[in-house]
Amino acid sequence: MALEIIESCVSCHACLALCPSQAIIETRPHFLIDAGKCSGCLGDFADAQCAAICPIEGAILDEFGVAMNPPGSLTGIPPARRAAAQAEIAAR
Amino acid sequence: MIAPQAPRTAGCSAGSCGSSAGQMGGLSDKIRAKVQDHPCYSEDAHHYFARMHVAVAPACNIQCHYCNRKYDCANESRPGVVSELLTPDQAVKKTLAVAATIPQMSVLGIAGPGDPLANPARTFETFRQLALKAPDIKLCVSTNGLALPECVEELARHNIDHVTITINCIDPDVGAKIYPWIFWNNQRIHGRKAAAILIAQQQKGLEMLVAKGILVKVNSVLIPGVNDEHLKEVSKLVKAKGAFLHNVMPLIAEAAHGTFYGLMGQRSPRPDELKALQDACAGDMNMMRHCRQCRADAVGMLGEDRGDEFTLDKIEAMDIDYEAAMVVRAAFRAQAMAELEAKRRHKEKASQILRFQPRVAKPAGRPVLMAVAAKNGAVAAHFGHAKEFLVYEAAADGVKFVGHRKVEQYCAGNETCGDAESVLERSIHALAGCEVVLCSRIGIDPWRDLEAAGIQPNGEHAMEPVEDAVMVVWREMLAAGKLDFKPSAAKCA
Ligand code: SF4
Ligand code: SF4
Repeated sequence: MALEIIESCVSCHACLALCPSQAIIETRPHFLIDAGKCSGCLGDFADAQCAAICPIEGAILDEFGVAMNPPGSLTGIPPARRAAAQAEIAAR
Repeated sequence: MIAPQAPRTAGCSAGSCGSSAGQMGGLSDKIRAKVQDHPCYSEDAHHYFARMHVAVAPACNIQCHYCNRKYDCANESRPGVVSELLTPDQAVKKTLAVAATIPQMSVLGIAGPGDPLANPARTFETFRQLALKAPDIKLCVSTNGLALPECVEELARHNIDHVTITINCIDPDVGAKIYPWIFWNNQRIHGRKAAAILIAQQQKGLEMLVAKGILVKVNSVLIPGVNDEHLKEVSKLVKAKGAFLHNVMPLIAEAAHGTFYGLMGQRSPRPDELKALQDACAGDMNMMRHCRQCRADAVGMLGEDRGDEFTLDKIEAMDIDYEAAMVVRAAFRAQAMAELEAKRRHKEKASQILRFQPRVAKPAGRPVLMAVAAKNGAVAAHFGHAKEFLVYEAAADGVKFVGHRKVEQYCAGNETCGDAESVLERSIHALAGCEVVLCSRIGIDPWRDLEAAGIQPNGEHAMEPVEDAVMVVWREMLAAGKLDFKPSAAKCA
């Protein structure tokens, strides 16, 4: 059931206070989820709270390792557009 | 122990940043009294008083298309971007250290990097401690407004008298182009519905604050093609509801910032577009022109960053006697207020004398925008070294300050950001709409390029007071017959 925070997390604190299970660990280099504590918010909320506020696409994965917020879902930036821009900036 | 510094009142590069009568016109005495020593709201006070921000609020409850939560670069100087996150305790210590060292520091703000009211525990703990330990510091907060209504009671309790709400729209269809989502009632909500909730909360919060007698300033980001015309309506509405100031800021969008607008090619407004909109809104309410969109954790006088003196480890090593500091601060304040008062009275007298003079026939000559590379009120900066220009409008009836134009707005330069536009190109770009640029010195290449862009460089008034120099140049242009016709529009491109 447990969700996972991965390295693209920017430690913005947004998920920290929302978690009903106190499963979010404030640590470096980025925040983590205590898999033993995370309930997936079942019984508390319809949506996993951490994933519902996280501003970073791909920073939180579900129990199958799939991004809760896939590329483009939060920023509205099409993934191809972002990749092209990143390639262009890197090539300068 | 910190030795309080000798009071020092320099800090702004402009001699006079515009008429305070114009800025304060239309305000009630009560509001005038509240803002008269606020560096961000009172044009003449920012020579004497300073503000600082502490970064205690990292989380945000909405997404704006001009923001990228990943971006936190040391070269960054866009508003709302800071590097060092502080705990409330650290923020309080930093504030006391700065206030004890710099008696001008009169305002403490919490503005980000996220939304202060989306971090209520951290924000209000900071305010609670400061209200107790440093009652001589004004507290203020900026917010996107989503959580504002539920926070108004608590804001009033901590004696916060200035709240800034960023309101970019009052129409959900416009809002849907600015805000992709909000977090509301434990859900992420997208699109028009999200914008409608945000707008309703902002307006409700504004009304509640005004009802409580808390000053409200409204910030808007001008996004060409999205909310430019719409902001005139925003201005009218927020004024009608009792906001005392409306500050229109330009969108800063570049692909390298990784924002939606930056990556999708949304352009930023040109300086002349910004000015036109500010002019259009000015008829309705007090506009703030001297805002420099300071870095959110900047310490010191507006436009001057002393943050390096107060890093965390330096603050930890300090032992602050705030009781003693408060005595020095009170003395500084009394002296500064007396000087300000004298200057204001002088200005009033001058304007009365003008009023008694019989009106002469409408003088010839159209108004001209001139940029000045200034330092301490004089034409004293080398063109190539100027990081910002002060822009004045000269006309027959005098010289009026209209705003700042920054050159290196986003990053340190070519090497760090890989930006192809040179500093010279940026300077010329930043001066769009100006016909003259005054500086102490200027190189041959920039001289030629400026002339080619339709901007006349002028190095003949080095070290002269800014406004006198601008007036002299305008009179010369008038005498030379250059002011009878409209300038070609080409230079505004
Ligand atoms: S899914 Fe719910 S319980 Fe699990 S970490 Fe996120 S907020 Fe906490
Ligand atoms: S909300 Fe997302 S980015 Fe922010 S701390 Fe939590 S996981 Fe990291």
